[in-house]
Amino acid sequence: MSIGHTLLGLLEAGPRHGYDLKRAFDEKFGHDRPLAYGQVYSTMSRLLKNGLVEVDGIESGGGPDRKRYAITDAGITDVETWLSQPEKPDPYLHSTLYTKVVLALLTGRRADELLDTQRAEHLRLMRVLTTRKRKGDLADQLVCDHALFHLEADLRWLELTAARLGRLAEEVRR
Amino acid sequence: MTAAPAGSLLAATGLRKAYGSTDALDGAEFSIHAGEVVAVMGPSGSGKSTLLHCLAGIVPPDSGSIVYAGRELTSMNDGERSELRRTEFGFVFQFGQLVPELTCVENVALPLRLTGVKRKEAERTALHWMEQLQVEDLGAKRPGEISGGQGQRVAVARALVTGPRVIFADEPTGALDSLNGELVMQLLTEAARSANAAVVLVTHETRVAAYSDREIVVRDGRSRDMERIV
Ligand SMILES: Nc1ncnc2c1ncn2[C@@H]1O[C@H](COP(=O)(O)OP(=O)(O)OP(=O)(O)O)[C@@H](O)[C@H]1O
Ligand SMILES: [Mg+2]
Repeated sequence: MSIGHTLLGLLEAGPRHGYDLKRAFDEKFGHDRPLAYGQVYSTMSRLLKNGLVEVDGIESGGGPDRKRYAITDAGITDVETWLSQPEKPDPYLHSTLYTKVVLALLTGRRADELLDTQRAEHLRLMRVLTTRKRKGDLADQLVCDHALFHLEADLRWLELTAARLGRLAEEVRR
Repeated sequence: MTAAPAGSLLAATGLRKAYGSTDALDGAEFSIHAGEVVAVMGPSGSGKSTLLHCLAGIVPPDSGSIVYAGRELTSMNDGERSELRRTEFGFVFQFGQLVPELTCVENVALPLRLTGVKRKEAERTALHWMEQLQVEDLGAKRPGEISGGQGQRVAVARALVTGPRVIFADEPTGALDSLNGELVMQLLTEAARSANAAVVLVTHETRVAAYSDREIVVRDGRSRDMERIV
């Protein structure tokens, strides 16, 4: 995810201080990984340098960075472009697992065990997400569902690969 | 043959069942604790339904042991087993389990009526479970007049109405879209947990299995406990 674009988008709703931006980000998007303060300030100084935000005021006293940021017209255009462009689908997410499976077959190890281990790991995460979804609000549900559908697709691949291990082994060793 | 894990409500070891030359079960194991939800997954034809039928005392295995609450199922007679199914177990299947001629509340109350509970009391208990499954407004309708997802929730209410200690569910969401399937799973697991009923859940959908506490995979009639892997 582009943190720069996300922070810009948050600013489009109105000027905010750096610490306020971090809080808004964590609340809406940072369920698993809250932003580090350092990340916020380095991102903001990059956006400032590129003319996508400007300093709207400085609070007196207090912490290290009390700047209030506002989005510029160029910033709004940047958010607009980002939102209108599709994300590149990533069909190679599983190249690591595929590599592991092939290597296991090549070296005479148990590829089925490897797949089962991965399956158990995926399922464990799916259970955690399902629990979070059950207890959460609609935003939690949507975020978790997205992850769950992806994990489900991975699991289908794991299952299909497990069913084809015999043939794959023949081809790999040829 | 390994011993059943201590403290389990229902446990099976060394289950074998052949249909002609097909080994539907080939040394399968299973165990579940009170109030636990266990998903049974695996490819089509691997023996999931056969395992469920054996555990529920519907199909006798050729060999192996099934112990429910300290009693060996395989040495009970047919009468004792069907008594057990009526009083201790509840069932949910993929399709067609509601009696089309009866209203929904009558369907849910039916298992109680069969054990001799008076109509009024049976329907009061039925309504309680229909509320848990969010289908209390459908009481007067017949199964043909409600959606598939609603029908499954009525079926779950019916499975819970006798206060069973184990619910057997074979692909309970198999005919539903994902939104309705998840609603059924959410309400089923919540209701079962609140009643401290265990659930044996056969499903091929991982998102459905994710509502369980634990998963086993059946392949070629043999079972594998995924918890013990990592
Ligand atoms: N009553 C029966 N008579 C003959 N063969 C049967 C019978 N029931 C099951 N089998 C066979 O036993 C094997 C296991 O069947 P089972 O129904 O348990 O599979 P399953 O895992 O539930 O499959 P699915 O996911 O398709 O429902 C299959 O090969 C099936 O054809
Ligand atoms: Mg089946």
